Formats: sequence, structure tokens, C-alpha cells
Amino acid sequence: MTTTLTFAIMDAPFENSRTVTMFRIMEAALEAGHDVNVFAYEGAVALPFARQAPHANAVHGRDTAAENHPLPRVWIEALFALAAARGRKLDWVNCGLCVDERGVGEAIAGVRRGTPVDFWKMSVDSGNTLTAGTR
Amino acid sequence: MKTLQVLETAYRATVEEQDDTIVWLSHAIRAAGGELGLLLTGNAVCYAVTEQSAPALTLGSWTQSHAANLGADVAALAAKGVPVYAVEEDLEERGLLDARLLEALTVVPQAQLPRLFEEYPRVWKW
Repeated sequence: MTTTLTFAIMDAPFENSRTVTMFRIMEAALEAGHDVNVFAYEGAVALPFARQAPHANAVHGRDTAAENHPLPRVWIEALFALAAARGRKLDWVNCGLCVDERGVGEAIAGVRRGTPVDFWKMSVDSGNTLTAGTR
Repeated sequence: MKTLQVLETAYRATVEEQDDTIVWLSHAIRAAGGELGLLLTGNAVCYAVTEQSAPALTLGSWTQSHAANLGADVAALAAKGVPVYAVEEDLEERGLLDARLLEALTVVPQAQLPRLFEEYPRVWKW
């Protein structure tokens, strides 16, 4: 039986392992045949920012290609691809006001702009909701 | 669906946002008809203190127009029908049990939290 699960995340990219943990839970949910909603709030709206770019790492002694630096927008693209491959739905909503104050409106395909009301509606229609606030 | 917002992290970006982000989120959800409760824990119990104020930030020639007023924001949430609770032990260890607290505040001992959680089908921790 398919259940829809909603996740609310707040941490900005490259700051906290909570984000990776949440992404792994989302992946597991999609793999298990569930639909996933994401409400990105505050700094988390920069996670799907399209202009994130990989870089070389002199400390590691690797150029850009060899370093293959992880980018949250690429992880999110991978989650969208996984959802499509499994015939599931991934609905990613970026808090619009949070986007505006950070100037990160240029998001990857699939991300839509919304409000806390979208979060509430997604939660009401979901089997459960998991929140991960910034600490 | 009744949802309990459990707020522990306090004064998170309150200067930049001119409010607390989760209290603000709660206002937005309440305005959309959401049925919420707000449980203040840890440092967030300070939000129940009514007589608090943060001076407006000034940086060089820039002056903030509206500093956050967390006590007023939480009181406004209570006035909209959102029950506000605070953990008694968290108030006590901060010396706030005798402070002027939000009139509508319900002080809840830790031992009674499970009973409170049972009243809410959803519990969100922030």
C-alpha cells in the first residue's frame, strides 16, 4: 500500500548532516514504494539552487573532475529520477519568501514555489510528517 | 488534524527574520485553518516571558525598523486559539517560574508530557 510521507527540512546546504540523513530517508521511502513531499524552509531552499558548482580540492590533490564534489541539487535530481523510475511522486516545495530573501530562485527542474499552507496541506494528506529543524 | 509544534531551539535567526521562524510558520498554518498547539521546551521557554524585548539592530548607518518581539508573537498565537504550553522543569532551571509569563500559558511537568502528546495525532519537533 502506497503512503505519502511529508518531510520538512530547514538546514542550508553544506552545513549539516541532518540534510543527508533526511535525503537517505526520502530515498528509502521512494524505494519502498511511497510518495514523498518535501517542504524546504529557510536555508533549505538553497538545496536545489541550480547554480551550485563543483570545485577542485588542492588539499585532496584532486582536480574538479576527480574530486566529483557532492552537490545537493544533484542529489535532489537523483531523487526526482528515482521517483520517476519507481512510478512514484516526489513533490518538492520551496518556501517562496525564504527563496526571495536569499536570492535563490533559480532552482532545478521539478521544484515549485509555495507557502507554509502548502506544507500544511501536504501534511494533512500524508500518512505522516517528519520535521528536521535547524539547531 | 491536531498538531503539536514542539519548539526547543530559541532565537534562531530572530534578528534577520524579525520573528521566530517556527512561531511564524505556526501563525501561517493557523491562518489557513490548521489546528495547532505550541509546546515550548529548552531555551524556547523564554518565549513565554512577556516583558522581553530586543533592541533594533544597528550596523553603521543602517537601523532595523522592526525588531522581533517573541513574547508578543507567542501571545498573538495564543489569542488565535493556539494552546501554548511550557515545560515546568525548563522554566525552573532558567529561573523563570516566577517571571511574568504569558497569561494563557499552561505549564506542564515533564511527567505529564506523554499525556499531552496523546492529545495530538501529530507531533513536530523543531
